[in-house]
Amino acid sequence: MKLLIKNAIVVEPSKNLEKKQDILIENGKIIEIKENIKLTQPHKQINANNFYVSAGFIDIHTHLREPGNEEEETINSGTKAAAAGGFTSVFCMPNTNPPIDDQAAVEFIMLKAKNEGLINVYPVGCVTKLRKGEELTEIGELKKAGVVAISDDGEPVENSKIMRRALEYSKMFNLPVIQHCEDKNLSKGGVINEGKVSTMLGVRGIPKESEEIIVIRDIILASLSKGFLHLTHISSKNSIEFIKQAKQKNINITCDVTPHHLVLTEDYLLKSPYDTNLKINPPLRTEEDRISLINAIKDDTVDCISSDHAPHTKEEKSKEFDLAPFGIIGLETLFPLCVTFLYYKHKVPLINIIKKITNNPAKIFNLKNKGKIEIGYDADLTIFSIQEEFIVSNFFSKSSNSPFIGWKLKGKIKYTICGGKVVFDSTNPKDPFYENKNFYNNKK
Amino acid sequence: MLNVKKFNHKHLLGLEYLSKEEIEIILETAKPFKKLFTRSIKKVPTLRGRSVALLFYEPSTRTRTSFELAAKRLSADTVNITVQTSSVQKGESLIDTAKTLEAMKADFIVIRHFYSGAPHILAQNVSSSIINAGDGFHEHPTQGLLDIFTIKEKKGKIKDLKVVILGDILHSRVARSNLWGLTKLQANVVLCGPPTLIPPEIEKIFPNVEIEYNLEKAIKNADVINILRVQFERQLEHLFPSVREYSLLYGMNKERLKIAKDDVLILHPGPMNRGIEITTDVADSLNSVINQQVTNGVAIRMAVLYLLSLNTTSTKL
Repeated sequence: MKLLIKNAIVVEPSKNLEKKQDILIENGKIIEIKENIKLTQPHKQINANNFYVSAGFIDIHTHLREPGNEEEETINSGTKAAAAGGFTSVFCMPNTNPPIDDQAAVEFIMLKAKNEGLINVYPVGCVTKLRKGEELTEIGELKKAGVVAISDDGEPVENSKIMRRALEYSKMFNLPVIQHCEDKNLSKGGVINEGKVSTMLGVRGIPKESEEIIVIRDIILASLSKGFLHLTHISSKNSIEFIKQAKQKNINITCDVTPHHLVLTEDYLLKSPYDTNLKINPPLRTEEDRISLINAIKDDTVDCISSDHAPHTKEEKSKEFDLAPFGIIGLETLFPLCVTFLYYKHKVPLINIIKKITNNPAKIFNLKNKGKIEIGYDADLTIFSIQEEFIVSNFFSKSSNSPFIGWKLKGKIKYTICGGKVVFDSTNPKDPFYENKNFYNNKK
Repeated sequence: MLNVKKFNHKHLLGLEYLSKEEIEIILETAKPFKKLFTRSIKKVPTLRGRSVALLFYEPSTRTRTSFELAAKRLSADTVNITVQTSSVQKGESLIDTAKTLEAMKADFIVIRHFYSGAPHILAQNVSSSIINAGDGFHEHPTQGLLDIFTIKEKKGKIKDLKVVILGDILHSRVARSNLWGLTKLQANVVLCGPPTLIPPEIEKIFPNVEIEYNLEKAIKNADVINILRVQFERQLEHLFPSVREYSLLYGMNKERLKIAKDDVLILHPGPMNRGIEITTDVADSLNSVINQQVTNGVAIRMAVLYLLSLNTTSTKL
């Protein structure tokens, strides 16, 4: 049956479009986009009066924790959180246990996602076997199995020669290498940004230079190898400067930042000392860094906004600050934080924000028929309000390690449509998700 | 006159969180307690019926004994939890351990921990009063207080004194507590050590504190030198080339003592690495107040226990 979305304001950055139009969907594809579509035959309809609709959001940096840490998140719970956050596609990072470093591991994720996931899950494969930084994985096989990028995320590829080979080899498959930029010798033992706050709290610091050194090294290697380099969760002002210069020289690099680096700084650790929900890697930096990231959103030095959704259990996060794991969840707060802080506070146009979570990720990572509202494209769509306010409280994620609990934010996801199916419907709070119910029934 | 009502803290987590006035209240309160020590019966009934749990995750001789004596001289009951023989070895978390002590109605938990912020975790999770007996390289507030008490006792004041804190400042909770306390009481503080042992951006926190890498320059005309222990156990890598070179550059010896004022006070929080940061003749010299520090420590900890006890509700007993 056809699905008609009536009276939504279509936001499509690639066409610089922000206009009230109807969208017609059939067989999981967008078949018509125009004002005032009228249908005579029976169909389903969503009246999206006054809400915006964009292509479904794409998160290029998610930790779904499966396999290995299902107590923190599963493909099922993680994709629910994603759908509730407006995402129709997520990239899952390979630092699972075992890591996603061979074809079988990729196939496991794909199968699990197909059966238990609510939205598209794109695995990222490891650059090196067991993420040890020593031997390249079978990158061609990984690609064949379905990875969209390779990364040793959580760890950097430290060895310059391995990084060079990874960039060189992966380019024949058009696979970007996602680098977690951290010189581990400089950051060793560090738990927050090095500086005033680390000195006050008496904890070891992670200097921003530990990121910047790898940023600049990898820019040099990208230039040498002509490979595709994507630098993830960039946090410092100088990193942005280096990336900007490299882009001006037409070196093939892209980057993303996270909402928490756009909103928070190390100073929050003084208001809430030793709060492990402020323990994040890369660490929260200074106000100067934060402002430079926002400017880099405005001038498009930053290509994508990613969640770095990193679920951890309460037990793990209740440990001593030094012992607690790094990371916070982010799928359900990414968009409202962008609306509240980028759109309202820093006057970043909505179309710019949407571009960085739809068009750009699809383009950089070669996702076919994704990331745009266009006839023939997959009917992955997100319908949202930018006015509606809510207080961050409960999460669909299995974990709740978020520093934003209790924050009043604007920007609410109303419907998430993936492959033409309404996978999240906020108007039905008791049962907001469309799940693959047949799968569960068959299992019984 | 001393007004203890102006001290309304339930926990002592660090000197950062105390005002100048509150620090002065603690110092004044310690004085009468110290006088007790000259009597044959060194005990008062102030905290009779209260209990103090000493939860030490790190080795300690003087701090643990000092807290225990302080509590006992106030007639409180004490219980020692040594981590090596407790359920912590079975994997019990810090919060669960503290909750167990809370369930046994410990009024105070005195905690020493390898990691910074452990006392904050307890303060947020249990109803007992928490006293920080040293956390990571964050703070050691009672040590800071007893250092200041000792200096004030000998010099009659803190304001405008030149106090040099010497050595491994990076890893020192004693240095941080001294810095907060001494700067609040308006001493002129000089930090001296190799650049690798000076904490990053310390000048942004204490803009009036001087940093001097050269020992001879730093201690010129000093009224007080507080010599810190080199904390080998906390160094992840070599922050100076050798103990020999450290000792040559920063070891306090008789010759160097002459550069400071004649009546300079030598403090050391202990335990000392004799022959490394301090020579025996300096440690045992007339300028040294290292033993007085230990005596004063008991009085300071009595004052702290007493003042905090005024701010816990009696229904808890």
